[in-house]
Amino acid sequence: MNIVADKKPQLTRKDFQSDQEVRWCPGCGDYSILAQVQKVMPELNVPRENVVFISGIGCSSRFPYYMNTYGFHSIHGRAPAIATGLKTARPDLQVWVVTGDGDALSIGGNHFIHTLRKNVDVKILLFNNRIYGLTKGQYSPTSEFGKKTKSTPYGSIDAPFNPLHLGLGAGATFVARSIDVEPQHLQMVLHRMAEHKGSAFVEIFQNCNVFNDGAYFNITEKPVKDDMQLRLEHGKPLIFGKAKNRGIRLKGFTMEAVTIGEDGVTEKDILVWDEKAEPSLSFLVAELTPPNFPAPIGVFRAVDRPVHHELEVAQRAAMKKTRGEGDLEKLLNSGDTWQVR
Amino acid sequence: MQANAATADATELKKKGRQEVETVTIRFCGDSGDGMQLTGSEFTRASAIAGNDLQTFPDYPAEIRAPAGTLPGVSGFQIQFSQSPVYTPGDQPDVLVAMNPAALKTNLGDLPSGGMLLVNTGAFTEPNLLKAGYKTNPLTDGSLSNYRVHEVDISKLTALSLEGSGLSTKEVSRAKNMFALGLMLWMYNRPTEPTLRFLRTKFATKAEIAAGNEKALRAGYNFGETTELFAHTYEVKQAAITPGKYRNVSGNEALAIGFLAASKLSGLHGFLGSYPITPASDILHELSRHKNFDFITFQAEDEIAAVNAAIGASFGGRLGITTSSGPGVALKQEAIGLAVMTELPVIICNIQRGGPSTGLPTKTEQADLLQAIYGRNGECPVPVIAAASPSDCFEVAIEAARMAVRYMTPVFLLSDGYIANGQEPWRIPDVQALKPIQINFRTDPRNFFVYDRDPVTLARAWVKPGTPGLEHRIGGLEKDFLTGAVSYDPANHEKMVRIRAEKVARIAQDYPPLKIHGNPEGETLVVGWGSTYGAITQAVTELRQRGRSVSSVHLRYLNPLHSELGALLKRFKRVVVPELNLGQLLKLLRATYLVDAQGINKVQGKPFKVSELVARISELH
Repeated sequence: MNIVADKKPQLTRKDFQSDQEVRWCPGCGDYSILAQVQKVMPELNVPRENVVFISGIGCSSRFPYYMNTYGFHSIHGRAPAIATGLKTARPDLQVWVVTGDGDALSIGGNHFIHTLRKNVDVKILLFNNRIYGLTKGQYSPTSEFGKKTKSTPYGSIDAPFNPLHLGLGAGATFVARSIDVEPQHLQMVLHRMAEHKGSAFVEIFQNCNVFNDGAYFNITEKPVKDDMQLRLEHGKPLIFGKAKNRGIRLKGFTMEAVTIGEDGVTEKDILVWDEKAEPSLSFLVAELTPPNFPAPIGVFRAVDRPVHHELEVAQRAAMKKTRGEGDLEKLLNSGDTWQVR
Repeated sequence: MQANAATADATELKKKGRQEVETVTIRFCGDSGDGMQLTGSEFTRASAIAGNDLQTFPDYPAEIRAPAGTLPGVSGFQIQFSQSPVYTPGDQPDVLVAMNPAALKTNLGDLPSGGMLLVNTGAFTEPNLLKAGYKTNPLTDGSLSNYRVHEVDISKLTALSLEGSGLSTKEVSRAKNMFALGLMLWMYNRPTEPTLRFLRTKFATKAEIAAGNEKALRAGYNFGETTELFAHTYEVKQAAITPGKYRNVSGNEALAIGFLAASKLSGLHGFLGSYPITPASDILHELSRHKNFDFITFQAEDEIAAVNAAIGASFGGRLGITTSSGPGVALKQEAIGLAVMTELPVIICNIQRGGPSTGLPTKTEQADLLQAIYGRNGECPVPVIAAASPSDCFEVAIEAARMAVRYMTPVFLLSDGYIANGQEPWRIPDVQALKPIQINFRTDPRNFFVYDRDPVTLARAWVKPGTPGLEHRIGGLEKDFLTGAVSYDPANHEKMVRIRAEKVARIAQDYPPLKIHGNPEGETLVVGWGSTYGAITQAVTELRQRGRSVSSVHLRYLNPLHSELGALLKRFKRVVVPELNLGQLLKLLRATYLVDAQGINKVQGKPFKVSELVARISELH
């Protein structure tokens, strides 16, 4: 059940690229995410044949075709369920799920939360572009209130989901957020997910340059990014800004953005990030949203909890120990039997 | 009407004779809190051990506990036992045991005139009569004069027998079913020992309850022996059944054991993904008990997750199974289409119940046949096989597994509420004689193409993730017929649609010859499938005994149909298709063979009675 290879494989990024032509729209954020995953995979030291990518339906779900690993492009929303079956049946495999905001949070919402609740050891990459791309531009469960799309020409009347809140509320043991155009950061998060035992979930801000172009420009563009991205790092204060003088302070049950050196604020007042703290703290930080706050990225929560397949394997092993290896003959002959002569 | 043995004196009582009878049908009925299912299954156990052939059918309400004493709260259990072969639980009871007025009211209509009625008079109180909708007491108003009525105050006698036992009033009241059971065991000369053994195990940690139940059972038995109510006991001799070791089995239990067997025979670890639903949940329960069998059970968050998890397990090289009933299967169909497209083996069990929608969850029906064959988008062929009886489920489970892995296809296995909960004696198969299920995982990376096919079965190779050099991607989009790469080529699509159809059609090449009950040609051929097997076989036997030219054939394979079937239909003047639906197999036969077959259809949530079939086949004949 050791996923990591004993000997260091000589694999490179190229080994994880399939022979299929990548067919996302030119300029799509998915290209960068694919490149980061292909870059990180050889560094994980897992033999290629032990890696499986499972997806549902949507632009992001084309992902497995481009990875030269085992892959399964399934049906809308169901990838976490298929992944759960696979990981439970085959704990020796490293199982990744690639999904989108519509796939994971709308049609597949149930599987998404239950996979996290059960702490199934799968790694879920949720590409959040806040729009339905493959079906050409309807609003999604993460589209902002009032969003005008083909299906909401007068504006969306629905409040959006915060995917991080959903993950935290479902009891996920690993919750993170990253951005398609922050390659180093995304690589770091991917590494952390691979190391994590149990469900690992990352929301990746991803730009759909055709149907929702610029959804994250207020966070990702060069002139604003330092002021609008808050990097969570375990054990470090929540400081941001070009001058590194802005910080997040906890005030009762709310957060406030403050400037170090103003109004008597010192670095000691700034909240030190703890990814193992109570989930309510992660919940509060996940609440921070532009324009009043920078968008937090990084690891929101990383805790240990018994892993689904380990419990499953242990339970069967325990039953074998007390009852012995399952014996069909004995089972057939159990209960009241009688002989007819 | 008073009991007919009231005048017998004490000396005569000691000489109570035994009257031999060939076949008896008893129905136990009472409030769902009265423990009628337990009473019935214990009587069944004793009858099986006494060597009778038998079949049983429990009939219980959908409500877990409808208000006590009301009509919807009535629960029943019927058993037919005989010294001759038994194919059904019996059309109508010879003996009706009614534990309260509501049970009497809902069941009396089935008791033929002259039938024996055992009534617990203790429950015939004013409030209970009112709850059952009786304006006058049927025990005193003469309305039962057509029956042989035995009035026994079971409530009071049970309470008397348990005086000083330390049990609460509620516990004492609960033991009255054991009194009734004891009395019936006495009346039919059945052993009490199996039930006593059962009670001691069931209440191993509650010694006083075990002792109380035992006392009540013995009290009922002794009551029969000493009371003046009954002139004699009855004896049903041992049936002439195939020698061997036997046990009782229900359909759901046999399915579960069958899957454990399939897992052993194939060396594949089993994986059940399931979501609770009546009447399929018992399969999940049974398989969950056997964790020492390398068999994983996974209770999913919903029906869709259940089948998808099974597909994921199959992709991983396990034997993926999902169990459900009609409404759940409706939810699974998209995923079943995915399994067709990706050509992965997975077994989908539909334990059919009355539909549409939520329908009649605890009642039986055969109305999901066309759902299984046609209920998906696109040209989406799935083989369908159906179990004929509770014990047949064992074989069908193994066969479904064999078919799924040999042809790399999802397989529908149909059962129904009648088979699932019904019990019959089962000759325990010899494990050594069971044929292994051949599995060949591909490991050779040379010349590997994902959709390359076996020339005989047209199955693609099964490749487990973890196999070096064979990394590949599958999915729900149409695939190139060889490489498995996504393909939108029009000609390729048609080629793939046809090859998937041809692959499933080829499954028929493995079928054993059709078995015909009766002559292979003649006036009328009765064609059946699924749980109607018993009633049809019995009805045709009776018609043949009357000299009618009637034969029957039972179809285990509903898709593809048996290659001999078309020719067989043409050898009869008339084809009759009894089904518990409005004519689903009928449509298939008419469409496939252009034969003017006629249906006998019933949709009451209940199985066919033999007499019903005899009459309706005769009408058409």
